[in-house]
Amino acid sequence: MSGAELRKWNEVPIAGVPWKFSTEYKTGDWRSERPVIDHGKCTKCLFCYIYCPEMAIKVHWTSDGSKPEKVEVDYNFCKGCGICANVCPMKAINMELERR
Amino acid sequence: MVAEQVEMLLNGDFAVAWAWKHVEPDVVAAFPITPQTLIVEKFSEFVANGEVRTQFVSVESEHSAISAMVGAAAAGARAATATAANGLQLMHEILYIVSSMRLPVMLGVANRAVSGPINIHCDHTDAMGQRDAGWIMIFTEDAQEAYDTTIQAFKIAENPEILLPIMVNLDGFLISHTAMNVKVFKDPKVVKDFVGETRPVPKIKLMGEEVELSLNPRNPIPVTFGPFAYYDYYFEFKRQQIEAMKKVPDVVERVNDEYYEISGRKYGNGRVVPWNVDDADIVAVVMGSAAGTMRYVARKYRERGVKIGILRVRMFRPFPWRDLQELLRGKEVVAVFDRTQDQGVMGGPLFLETLAALYYLDDRPRNVVNYVFGLGGRDFPPELVEKVFDELIRIKDGKEKPFVKKYVGVRE
Repeated sequence: MSGAELRKWNEVPIAGVPWKFSTEYKTGDWRSERPVIDHGKCTKCLFCYIYCPEMAIKVHWTSDGSKPEKVEVDYNFCKGCGICANVCPMKAINMELERR
Repeated sequence: MVAEQVEMLLNGDFAVAWAWKHVEPDVVAAFPITPQTLIVEKFSEFVANGEVRTQFVSVESEHSAISAMVGAAAAGARAATATAANGLQLMHEILYIVSSMRLPVMLGVANRAVSGPINIHCDHTDAMGQRDAGWIMIFTEDAQEAYDTTIQAFKIAENPEILLPIMVNLDGFLISHTAMNVKVFKDPKVVKDFVGETRPVPKIKLMGEEVELSLNPRNPIPVTFGPFAYYDYYFEFKRQQIEAMKKVPDVVERVNDEYYEISGRKYGNGRVVPWNVDDADIVAVVMGSAAGTMRYVARKYRERGVKIGILRVRMFRPFPWRDLQELLRGKEVVAVFDRTQDQGVMGGPLFLETLAALYYLDDRPRNVVNYVFGLGGRDFPPELVEKVFDELIRIKDGKEKPFVKKYVGVRE
């Protein structure tokens, strides 16, 4: 929600219909705690990927697409709910206080 | 050219149903509640008989009825419903959503007192509870006007400059269940030509494409209705609604004039209906069916040389404050009649808003008083009007002290 290009009332469509994709609405700035993945402990089981309600876990696949290579958090959209840390069987995700 | 009309014996509810029949909305969803029931009961007969092509949705509550209107109107349909009292209150939440989504829904309200104690008779408390929901609100005086206004309502609401929902109020029982000779158009095509065969759906620009402001799957860019807007844009959307509301007074007047062309009937300038106001010393400001009783009494007073006028407010939202300023400036006594509960406030809503409008005049009326009357269907007969008029004359002559608010017809 950057204030850079906020438009006036007569510059946006009526009825509150969105004029851009919802992905441009960076909901990540609601976060008070951020999940940090310890890649040493992570087994890439993808529990976090399945449970994340925001689709904010990004998975990098091996070039042949057969295995997950690395798991990352998309901080643009992660709201910091902590579900990923809660479901992680390896306790590889730590919730850290957001300092902004 | 005035189109051919036939006279039918109709009460106010049937008059609304007949107006719907002639307009033929795409969707009607409704839940019965006295004194509105006859509207949808009659209309469902038209649907069952195949006389209209309207999709009739039977729903389990008023909350669902108005929600069905949201879906239908967002899909581009012409949608109408009707309710009263506690049904209108159950709609309350969705009313704001309809107006903010700029859906020109038509809602007929047979005004009824709100519980408790349970009461099914007329007062305006139900509608007044919704006065800040962003709807256009019109109060009619008789069944004929209910028919005429229902037809006009679609044209006002669907105007691309406006796109706001509209509430047509008729006094419960006093209008809704009182039969009179109502002139209806012989050929429904006259009405169709007036409001348009289908609802005009406006186009908007979205990501460089021109799209219909509707949930039309053929839109090149899909349109989402009802997303969220936070502190960054909510205020801007409200500002748009305010701007649309500002255009309503002119459109109401224009539609009133255009309707005169086809029907030979018009209601003042569409916003207010003055009767002998220009030369009057005393003016009574009122809404709904009581205006008729008051004119009947005022006529006798006129014969005796008392300069009394009646100003009926027809459009309550947006509030026609400019008309009131123009018509009431310099008057000796202005008496505003509210048929609404008013606990804990200086006066009823019609009074307060009239008062606010008059404050900005250099030559404001010398006395402005408020009467609350007719709650829960309490009768407001000519004898009571006479008593009130006599009191107003005494105030004008300086024989009685003016006051802020009084109650008429309550035993005290």
